[in-house]
Amino acid sequence: MGKTILTVDDSRTMRDMLRLALSGAGHTVIQADDGVHGVEVLEKAGLVDVIITDINMPRMDGYGFIEHVRRGSANRMTPILVLTTESEPGKKMRARDAGATGWIVKPFDPEKLLAAIRRVSP
Amino acid sequence: MSSNDTDTAQERRQYITFLATGQEFAADIMTIREIRGWTDTTALPHVPDYVRGVINLRGMVLPVIDLKARLGLGLTEATAKHVIIVVNSGDRTIGLLVDAVSDILTVSRQEIQSVPDVMRESQNDYVEGIAVLDGRMVTLLCMTKLTSSFGGGVDEFVEHAA
Amino acid sequence: MDPMEAIKQTYYQECDELLLAMEEGLIAMESGEADSEMINAVFRAVHSIKGGAGAFGFSILVAFSHVFETAMDLVRSGKLNPTPDVVKVLLRAGDKLSDHVNAARNGTTGVDDVEVKAELARLTGADPEDTGVPAPAEFENLAFAPIMIDIGDDEPAAPATPVWHIRFAPQAGLYAKANEPYLLIRELGMLGAIEVTADLSELPDLTSLEADQAYFAWDVLLRDCPDRSKVEEVFEFVSGDCDLKITEEATAPIASAISAPGLPSLDDDEPVEPAPVEAASPVAETQLEEKKAAAPAAAPAAAPVAVDVVKPTIRVDLDKVDRLVNLVGELVITQAMLSQRLLDNTQQGQNVSVGLGELEHLLRDLQEAVMAIRTQPVKSVFQRMPRLVRETAAQTGKEVRLEIEGEATEVDKTVIERLGEPLTHMIRNAIDHGLETPEERVALGKAAEGTVKLSAEHRGGRIIIEVSDDGRGINRTKVRQKAIERGLISANGNLSDEEIDNLIFLPGFSTANTVSNISGRGVGLDVVRRNIVDLGGRITIGSAWGKGSKFSLTLPLTLAVLDGMIVAVGNQTFVLPLSHIIESLLPKADDVKPFGANGMLLNVRGAYVPLVSVGRLLNVPGASHDLHNSVVILVESEGVGRMALAVEAIVGQRQVVIKSFESNIGRIDGIAAATILGDGRVALILDIDGLVAGCREGAGRPIDYQQALGA
Repeated sequence: MGKTILTVDDSRTMRDMLRLALSGAGHTVIQADDGVHGVEVLEKAGLVDVIITDINMPRMDGYGFIEHVRRGSANRMTPILVLTTESEPGKKMRARDAGATGWIVKPFDPEKLLAAIRRVSP
Repeated sequence: MSSNDTDTAQERRQYITFLATGQEFAADIMTIREIRGWTDTTALPHVPDYVRGVINLRGMVLPVIDLKARLGLGLTEATAKHVIIVVNSGDRTIGLLVDAVSDILTVSRQEIQSVPDVMRESQNDYVEGIAVLDGRMVTLLCMTKLTSSFGGGVDEFVEHAA
Repeated sequence: MDPMEAIKQTYYQECDELLLAMEEGLIAMESGEADSEMINAVFRAVHSIKGGAGAFGFSILVAFSHVFETAMDLVRSGKLNPTPDVVKVLLRAGDKLSDHVNAARNGTTGVDDVEVKAELARLTGADPEDTGVPAPAEFENLAFAPIMIDIGDDEPAAPATPVWHIRFAPQAGLYAKANEPYLLIRELGMLGAIEVTADLSELPDLTSLEADQAYFAWDVLLRDCPDRSKVEEVFEFVSGDCDLKITEEATAPIASAISAPGLPSLDDDEPVEPAPVEAASPVAETQLEEKKAAAPAAAPAAAPVAVDVVKPTIRVDLDKVDRLVNLVGELVITQAMLSQRLLDNTQQGQNVSVGLGELEHLLRDLQEAVMAIRTQPVKSVFQRMPRLVRETAAQTGKEVRLEIEGEATEVDKTVIERLGEPLTHMIRNAIDHGLETPEERVALGKAAEGTVKLSAEHRGGRIIIEVSDDGRGINRTKVRQKAIERGLISANGNLSDEEIDNLIFLPGFSTANTVSNISGRGVGLDVVRRNIVDLGGRITIGSAWGKGSKFSLTLPLTLAVLDGMIVAVGNQTFVLPLSHIIESLLPKADDVKPFGANGMLLNVRGAYVPLVSVGRLLNVPGASHDLHNSVVILVESEGVGRMALAVEAIVGQRQVVIKSFESNIGRIDGIAAATILGDGRVALILDIDGLVAGCREGAGRPIDYQQALGA
């Protein structure tokens, strides 16, 4: 039961790792390099099942991206998971304030990633 | 002489046979890329006489080896009737100048005799064996060894050129 | 390849790019030109390196980048002012980070970062030993720690299988963030057997029902799950957006007070909450407005920031590109062949030639476009130089400012790869030998800080790279004296200023009085020159005493083609690389003098240079050996200097496609490669250095530079 998942991360390494873990679990992965690109990709892709986004990105960061999606795109009700290496609650809280559904702490292992997706998407 | 110990006696391989100096030679068909007519070569300096020079093979610069000269039997008087067999073996691609291409043979391993000890020298260890078919004797050449035998690079050339 | 291994390679590549971006940003900060986006970019670079390092378990790299990241975070949030002193520390940290990345890549350890770490810690006010970065396993614990849960009065009294009573009442915010109670309850179901009861008591009349509000609550009894933290984990994402109470029950059944008989249970796997489809926006907007009001700077990235627009790129296997380059080269040759044959053989050549002309034009364009695929900006090499300058400046005690120009200039990848070493050497040389000490400079009325300028530009189908300094310049008297001492020139030789300057490229030449640690390490400028010549380029130096020196490199834009002079010898055609040619001459009979047993010298405006016949040197069939009636090409070679090559005729100058055949036949002295001419025949490209070396050893030309000049 594959889902369509958008990942937004400026790090090629991280994009590759996400793709490996997600497509390995049977999901369809579409990717974007930063928030602005993510918005563009979403406009083309329409409704996706889950969005996974990094926080620190050029042009538009994760908070801006989440706010943009929640503010009134087709995906305003799509679960959004943020990727964060920060362990302090501040970053997560700020992401939640922007409308994030949950978070994944980097470095993630594929199981944790998939569990987080399962917790936000049917 | 097997290059591969797992070869079985029944294993059959196809060879292209060609003539040079009145003898019949054969090379594994898998190493032959194409056969083309003789064209004049551009001579190379400081190389042994059996390296006839280089030709343009559709944009690739191909060195041409005179098989007769390589066997120590003098230069081939090349004419338009002579052929260049383009051999692709290992990392190298070379042209082999011979008199004519004659046949395609299928030879099984058990039909191949090794070179008689008395005839064996270091210079001709690119001879893989001898096959006798329909009363003809064909010398099987190992193209990998032949193409690398002169390609040792500078040292060999210096030695020959000196 | 193992996919993780492939990703690791990507990571290293990405690190290289990030390190360059970081360096660029730090240098902009140093000069005070960095805007907030550039500072952010530095932070992100360090952050991304750390992120990947964590994924691959490079704990040392994680630890160092964490300290660095912390400092950068303070800078970007305005808590740490990037004064020159602070930036200096950050630059050093950047260098160390680069070392750490290399250590991780090479599987080595032992990068000495104690001092830099301590300095970073001083900036951030942290304990240098406390990296704040737990091992990867601890990350997770931390992640799940800050959950606001009303834990019951009692700690679990450790019955074998406790029964958990979970009271879960979502608030509106939970739905606004696209969380879904049903999924959470499903998750509980994966932990053990559950009994679910929905509490609809808060559900208002239909008329007063608001779509974006939360009215439902659930009570869940969970059995067979010994681990309370697992239960807490399920609600991790929604803590704060719901009222959650987890209590340990006695094995008693669920209290009747909170059950609501007749209401649907969740057994049919359908969410019962009215889906708050429109619910999200008002809530989210409110929050957004609040946030904006509270912290206007909080979402700076939402506004478009003027940054370099990254053009989309693709990564292509270099082999594929090379194949394309080869094919286009062949196409060009075929076209030339076709055109020659048609013009030779047909009467209607005129008509055809117009079409052929157009075809040729198109092919040239195509060839250029294909070659361009392999080009990259020189930036990737230039960006390594600031660090070099810092380190060399520190080692020599000089104050140096590096100015870089034209780093967007593009050149073939192979050229870029081989440019690093000579540039490194020239810049070290400029700082070590060119610039004076700050005291000397002040005494001379110059600014204490010396300037080294590195620039690149395209000129006439080639790339010109210049390294200049405003130091002392070349002391010609000293250079000349040294060259005479070393027997490189004769004491009475008459050399122009330019010729004297260029003596420093001769092998074994060094003017430094003491061999310094920087550039006098036995590798001289002769090696730099050889590197450049190997690339088909030339290097010259110009200098003004007291004002500085300037090295100029001229390089081809690609190594796939070469500018050559086509010459005829006997019945063969050869190509001489234009980069080695000084001039061509038609010598008069009495300019040619016999020398030694069978040598010849040619008088070139008073200087005698060895004269050799290419035909004889290469045993070309049918070549004339009459040196008196030949055309002479004066070439310059590495090590031996000038030499005159006699050929029968000059056919012309053109760009030729280089075809190597070394892999098929081995290396041949005196021959660099081959090319295919318009008539389809192969012409050999001469290797001037090899030719000269060959004639010194073998062909009876025991003449070298000083004898030639001194004769």
